[in-house]
Amino acid sequence: MNLIFETSVLGRGCSILPECDVPVPVLPKNFCRENAPRLPQLSENDISRHYTALARRTHGVNNGFYPLGSCTMKYNPKINEEMAAQAGFTAIHPLQPEHTVQGAMEVLYQAERALCEITGMDAMTFQPAAGAHGEFTGLLLIKAYHKHRGDLKRTKIIIPDSAHGTNPASATMAGFTVISIPSQEDGCVDLEKLKAAVGEDTAGLMLTNPNTVGLFDKNILEITKIVHDAGGLNYYDGANLNAVMGVSRPGDMGFDVVHLNLHKTFSTPHGGGGPGSGPVGCKSLLAPFLPGPVVKKQQEQYHFETPEHSIGRVKAFYGNFTVVVKALSYILTLGAEGIREAAQNAVLNANYMMKKLGDLYTMAYEERCMHEFVMSLEPLKKETGISAMDIAKGLLDNGIHPPTMYFPLIVHEALMVEPTETESKETLDEAIEVFRSLYQTAKTDPQALHDAPHHTPVRRLDEVGAARNPKLHYSF
Amino acid sequence: MGSYVPSTPAQRREMLEAVGCASMEDLFSHLPQQVLLDRPLNLPSGLSELEVRRIMEKMAARNTVFSSVLRGAGAYRHYIPAIVKQVVSKEEFVTAYTPYQAEISQGVLQSIFEYQTMICELTGMDVSNASVYDGATAAAEAVAMCRDRKRTKALISAAAHPDLIQTVKTYCEGSGTPVEIIPVREGKTDLDKLSSLLDDSVCCVLLQQPNYFGLLEDAEAAGKAAHAAGAKYIMSCNPISLGLLKTPAECGADIAVGDGQPLGLSISFGGPYLGFMACTNALLRKIPGRIVGETTDVDGKRAFVLTLQAREQHIRREKASSNICSNQALCALTASVYLSAMGAEGLQKAAEQSFAKAHYFAEKMSEIPGCQLRFTGEFFHEFVAQCPDIPKVMDALEQHGILGGLPLEGDLSGCVLWCATEQNSKEEIDQAVAIMKEVCGA
Repeated sequence: MNLIFETSVLGRGCSILPECDVPVPVLPKNFCRENAPRLPQLSENDISRHYTALARRTHGVNNGFYPLGSCTMKYNPKINEEMAAQAGFTAIHPLQPEHTVQGAMEVLYQAERALCEITGMDAMTFQPAAGAHGEFTGLLLIKAYHKHRGDLKRTKIIIPDSAHGTNPASATMAGFTVISIPSQEDGCVDLEKLKAAVGEDTAGLMLTNPNTVGLFDKNILEITKIVHDAGGLNYYDGANLNAVMGVSRPGDMGFDVVHLNLHKTFSTPHGGGGPGSGPVGCKSLLAPFLPGPVVKKQQEQYHFETPEHSIGRVKAFYGNFTVVVKALSYILTLGAEGIREAAQNAVLNANYMMKKLGDLYTMAYEERCMHEFVMSLEPLKKETGISAMDIAKGLLDNGIHPPTMYFPLIVHEALMVEPTETESKETLDEAIEVFRSLYQTAKTDPQALHDAPHHTPVRRLDEVGAARNPKLHYSF
Repeated sequence: MGSYVPSTPAQRREMLEAVGCASMEDLFSHLPQQVLLDRPLNLPSGLSELEVRRIMEKMAARNTVFSSVLRGAGAYRHYIPAIVKQVVSKEEFVTAYTPYQAEISQGVLQSIFEYQTMICELTGMDVSNASVYDGATAAAEAVAMCRDRKRTKALISAAAHPDLIQTVKTYCEGSGTPVEIIPVREGKTDLDKLSSLLDDSVCCVLLQQPNYFGLLEDAEAAGKAAHAAGAKYIMSCNPISLGLLKTPAECGADIAVGDGQPLGLSISFGGPYLGFMACTNALLRKIPGRIVGETTDVDGKRAFVLTLQAREQHIRREKASSNICSNQALCALTASVYLSAMGAEGLQKAAEQSFAKAHYFAEKMSEIPGCQLRFTGEFFHEFVAQCPDIPKVMDALEQHGILGGLPLEGDLSGCVLWCATEQNSKEEIDQAVAIMKEVCGA
C-alpha cells in the first residue's frame, strides 16, 4: 500500500483552525526556517482511510490470541480506556495548583497504596514510563542507598544469564559493573555460583521470579538472604508478577525494590510499543531516595513532596499518568479476590497448554510452570529442519501471534508461550490444535513451513538488507 | 467481583484435572510455604463496571478543568483535530505490542516509518528513532550519545526546562558524566560564559529553543561555539515552533530532541507524552531505541521492519548504549495523525497564531501598571512578566475558570511565565487582562 506521502495531493488539506483574530507580528527572518516541512496534504477522508488500512495490517490482542511470552498480552478492558479519557484527567495541566488536582493526586495515592499492598512494598514512584525505565530508577535507588551510607565499594550488580536484556543494560546505565552468573540447568539460580559471586563489592542482585523460563525459584528466600548477608540489596523485575499477584509478594520473598509493568500485569494496553508505565516500589529503607515529587496525604488533602535524599527526576512531571488511571480502574474492578483469581487462571492456562502440547513438543523444563512455559524446538529442528522461527511463521497463517522467539538465551530454539488468564478454554484448545498440526506439517511438508507465512499482507522480510542499507525515512 | 477471566467453573475443573491439580491453590503448592500469602490482599472487594465508573468519575470531578489555559512551561494546550482521537482509538493500534512479527505488524511499522519521516522533515535531521518517553529523557539519551572516553562533560543551558535539566543530571549521575550548567543572561543562554566553559573535555552542549522563558536563543552561534571546541550540539525544540522557526539542522545541531506533546496529545497531568529524537547520519549507530527501516519481502514487495537492532539491549545487553525497550508508540502515531491533519500550512498557522496571541497578550498586559515584560529578547509563545500580587491575580483568574501563568521562584520570584496558543481567543485574552487590571487596581 501507499505511504501517506504518496497519497498526498498538492493543494489539498483539512480546515482546522480559524483565521487569526489578533494582529500577526513579523518574526525576524533570521529566526525563520527556509523551507516548509514536506508534510502530507490530505483530506480528512484520505487520512481516515489511510489509517484504517494500516489498522487492518496490524494484529492486536483484539484481533486474536497473542501468547507473547514475558509480555502478558491480556485483554485491555474498555472501561479503563473510558475512565482515563475523561476531561477531568486529560484536560488538567501538570502544573495546576494542588487544590485543583486533588482527584488526580488521589489516583496516584490510591494506586500507590494498592500496588504496595500487592507487592509488599512501602512506597512507590510513578515517574518511570516503562519497565526498563523502572529498572534504571530502582538501581539508582540502590546506588544512592549505599552511597548515603558511605559504602562506596559496592559497584557490582549480579544478574543471572537468563535475565531480560534490559537488566544488564539498565545496570550499566546506572554506572554498575554487571556480574553475569550462569543459571542451573533448571533455569534457577545456582546457589553456589551466587555465593561465590557476592562480596563486599556487591551492590545488589536483579532477579525475575517467576524467572524467564516460567519457573518459580524455590530457593528464593535463600537467594535473597545470601545477597542481604553480603550487604547487597535485592531488585525484583516485575515482568512476571502476573503469575503470583495475590498469591505471593516480592516483599515477602526478600526483595527491597521492585518495578511493575502496568502495561503487562495491570491490563493497560501496549499501544504498538508504548506508552507503558513502570512504577517502582521499595521498602522504607529506600523511600528517602525516591524520585520526587511523590504524593502524600494529610487530613484528607493530597500534596506533593520531594523525598529527603531523592535521586532526582527520571522524567518530567509525574510519569505516564493516564496509564496509571487505567491500572487503578482495573484494580478496583478486580479487587482482592479478582487479582488472585487472575494469577491463578494465568497459571492454569499456561499449565493446560503445556500439558496438551507436551507429548509432541519438547518442553525446556518438564516441571509445573507458572504463567508461561518454554519449548525448545531443537529436537524438531534436528529431525526436520523446522526451527522455532518456522513454527512462529506458521502460526501467523493461523491468525495467532507467535510466542516470544529465541528467548531466554539459555534455551536453544526457544518459544516462550504466555496465554494469560483472559483467554478462554476454547481459544486455548484451538491454539493447541494449530500447534499440533504445525508439528505434523514439520514432518510431512517442511517446505510449506519454511515458506510460511503464505497469507499475511507481506511475507518473510529481508532483514539483513534492511540493516545493511538503512532506509529510515521516505525519499521525496 | 469484577473479572475478565472467561473460563467457567466447570472448565476450570476440567483443566485442573488435565494438569493433575486438585484445586486452584494446588497450582502453587510447589512454592515455598513461607512466601505464600496466608491472607487475602488488604484491598477492597472487586466491583461491577458501573460501580467503578462512579468512583472514577468522582475522582475526575475533583479536578478543575479550566476553560482557558494561559500556562505552558512544558505542557501546551493546542487544538487537537477530531480525526486524531478517532484514529488512535482503533483497537488494533491500541492493543498491539511492539511490532516484532513484521508480517502481521505492517500497519504499526509503516506508521512509525511515516512518523520518522515527519520528524526528519520537522527538524531537518537525517535520522529519527521511533520515540522515547518524553522530551526530558530524550535530552538525557542525547547526552549519552555524545559521551566518549576523552570527552565526558556535558554543558546544559540554565534556560532549559528545569525538569529536563534535573532528568539529564539524574541520568548523568548514573553514567558518571559531569554536568555543568551554562548561566543565563537576560533570560538567554550566556554565550560568553559558554565559550569560557568549552574545552576538550566537553562532549556536548545542550540548548532549548525556544527556551524555558519563551525566548529565542541565538541557536546558530551556540552551535558554532560547540563545534569549534569539538563538542556535539544538541537542541531541544518545541515541535509546533518548528512550523516557523529555523530547523535544528539549519542551526547546526547534531541531535534534535524535544517533547512531542504539542502535536495532538492532551496535557493529561503530565503524561503520556512523546520524546522525539533525530540526528545526523554520522550518529546513526548511536541513536537509542527502536528504528523502522524499509525493505522487501520474499516476493519483492515493499515492507517495513525493526532494524539496526545490533544497537539494542536485547542483543548487546550490558554493552547497549541505552536500556530502552517500550517507548511511546501510540503517542508517536498521535503526532503523525496530527501532522497529517494539519499539514505544513496548518502547522505554520498553529505556530504563527500561538506567536501572535502571546505577543498580543504581552502587549495588553504591559498596559497594566506594575506588569511588564522581564526580558527584551524575541519570544515565541511564552514570556516572563513581572506582576504585582501574584497570588491574588491567580485566584481572581481561577474564579473565572482561567488558569493563569506559572509563578516563578528564585531569581525570578515576583514574575510569571505566561503562555498563549491558537486555542486562546482574543476575547479570552482580553478577559484575562481585564481581570488582572481590576486586581492590580488599574
